[in-house]
Amino acid sequence: MKIRKTVSMLAAGLLLSLAAAQTSAGDTIKVGTFLAVTGPASFLGDPELKTLQMYVEEVNAGGGVDGRQVELIHYDTGGNAKEAVNFAKRLIQKDKVDVIVGGSTTGTTLAVMPLVESSEMPFISLAGAVSIIRPVKKWTFKTPHTDAMAAAKIFGDMQRRGISKVALISGSGGFDKSGRAQSLELARQYGITMVADESYGAKDTDMTAQLAKIRDTDAQAILNFGFGTGPAIVTKNVRQLGITLPLYQSHGVASKKYIELAGDAAEGVRLPAAALLVAEQLPDSDPQKAVLLSYKNKFEAKYGDVSTFGGHAYDGLFMALEAIDRANSTDKAKVRDEIERTTGFVGTGGIFNMSPTDHLGLGINAFKMLEIKNGDWSIVQ
Amino acid sequence: MSYLRGFYLLTITAAVLPLIFPDNYYVTVVGVTAALHAILAVSLNLLMGYAGQISLGHAGFFGIGAYASAILTTRYGWNPWPAILAGLGLTAVVAFTLARPILRLKGHYLAMATLGLGIIINIVLVQAGKFTGGPDGLGGIPSLSLFGWSVDSDLRWYIVIVSVLLVVVWLALNIINSRSGRALRALHGSEVAAEMMGINTTATKTGVFVLAALIASLAGSLFAYQQAFVSPDSFSFFFSIELVTMVVLGGMASTYGAIIGAIILTFLPELLVVFEDYEVMIFGAILMLMMIFLPQGLFVGLQHLLRRLTRDRRTAIDAAEAGESGRGAA
Repeated sequence: MKIRKTVSMLAAGLLLSLAAAQTSAGDTIKVGTFLAVTGPASFLGDPELKTLQMYVEEVNAGGGVDGRQVELIHYDTGGNAKEAVNFAKRLIQKDKVDVIVGGSTTGTTLAVMPLVESSEMPFISLAGAVSIIRPVKKWTFKTPHTDAMAAAKIFGDMQRRGISKVALISGSGGFDKSGRAQSLELARQYGITMVADESYGAKDTDMTAQLAKIRDTDAQAILNFGFGTGPAIVTKNVRQLGITLPLYQSHGVASKKYIELAGDAAEGVRLPAAALLVAEQLPDSDPQKAVLLSYKNKFEAKYGDVSTFGGHAYDGLFMALEAIDRANSTDKAKVRDEIERTTGFVGTGGIFNMSPTDHLGLGINAFKMLEIKNGDWSIVQ
Repeated sequence: MSYLRGFYLLTITAAVLPLIFPDNYYVTVVGVTAALHAILAVSLNLLMGYAGQISLGHAGFFGIGAYASAILTTRYGWNPWPAILAGLGLTAVVAFTLARPILRLKGHYLAMATLGLGIIINIVLVQAGKFTGGPDGLGGIPSLSLFGWSVDSDLRWYIVIVSVLLVVVWLALNIINSRSGRALRALHGSEVAAEMMGINTTATKTGVFVLAALIASLAGSLFAYQQAFVSPDSFSFFFSIELVTMVVLGGMASTYGAIIGAIILTFLPELLVVFEDYEVMIFGAILMLMMIFLPQGLFVGLQHLLRRLTRDRRTAIDAAEAGESGRGAA
């Protein structure tokens, strides 16, 4: 019978794939990760994966943790949320990892959170949004600074300079929108009123129309929350229009690429960024300096220019491994408790102090206020 | 009823698998995804394989179902069941309104129009951030429960989604083997000829388009409850293409072919993960080889192959027997 044949084929196919499933158990510590190594968010996932691989190798060469070797199991999500859920399931149920450090983007992190919570798996996310840790979820932690912290840092600096009227201009991406919302929400706390709220599209090549409108307001400074090429164009347009107001950018442009794109127009622009960018300029008394320089030199020796994103992976990995070390086991509940008890952990993003009510553990002083001078970063004192 | 024989076997296979492997990752996790894809592929196959109407926007209807359920349960506190119905209702309205103008087109133009439809739905999901949560997606979706039986484990989801798949397959088989099924195939052959035979082609096309959309919407709702999270990239144009690939790979105009296509496209990437960087390359090579050597699709192609093999053996046996009797006579 035609149909019977086909169905037996179907069953055979299923059994074949089942046979391919193998389970391995060892005495290694298994760290699972899922990152956007390819796709539009690869600028996040790529340095994160390189960092994890480099340091797992180093830890193993040094004898592992508690005498146990560390095994890194990684999957590439391409930034796709559905893939992330599938891979997280695979990590938890098939690979049976002890802890997950991953999730390059906010979307992939939020997607796996229900799963992580219900399967009680300690999870350290490497994504930005504040919604990952607010409200606090029992099993989820994160290492990158939030956009709310960036906004707070900027407003703090404005306050010191006596600026109270600000014009906001932002892009249409997820990062831009979240940053815009946080800025509007926080401004009042710092006695700042937003006199303009302009936006531009992801592919726009000219923002003079929006900036001309801003010029006609009584703004004392311009704040641009954005990512990619947009902020560089805004920076150029501001100078072309002869606007002399102070220009603030977000941590979204904290890479050399921005200075290259904006050129001379970037002179005097201020932005909050992690200390990694200015590691050499930190005073020797800064507790972070040794960690930052060590990470930066190792990464640059092996892969080239360092980015703050890889640093988030460094922070996540060592926070997890130190927690396992302190717990003296890979019992998930104990590891989770130890991650929550992390205090004084010196990472690349800042000094982390976790608590049951704070699963990020960074204050806004983890950000440094930078100003671009002579085509390079300098710390604003 | 002979055409349901394969269905019974499918049912038995689906029922036995979790009994033998109750906690196997490939059955209860990947298997559930494969079953969900199979539901979508079977519904798309009704439209593409049988009626010959290409749709590159099927993920859009999948998305409408998923987001209707997600939004109504999280933002308005609805019970998941009426939310599924609301999703189906919305899909029916959208599909029915669009069916007439869209299905008037043929060939490339139809492909373009459905492509546009899928992309528009995706853009709405991204831009209507107030309701849909924008590009970051929407979380905290409650799970289904049936008379106090909460669908909260992978095994339970297997039972629910595979049951729905079986119902959809049963429905598809019955439609194909009925008068409307014959009408669909006539339409595929030649629309003019079908009309000459007294088939209301417009009504038939609209009917199958809406039905395929409704099944996709139902699958979308189940997907939302199962994942507890939805984001627009699950319903992008690329997913529509993946669904079309499943149908074509398995073999057009064959319900089992669509299921096989869905199973292969779900399991292959899962098994190829071990190759890491070469995964995509090997995946592409396998698809290419399949399409070169089995252009009618895996299901139909393998059937032909099997039949030829058995026929060859039979003729060989016949020849041997003939030789034997000849020698005996001599």
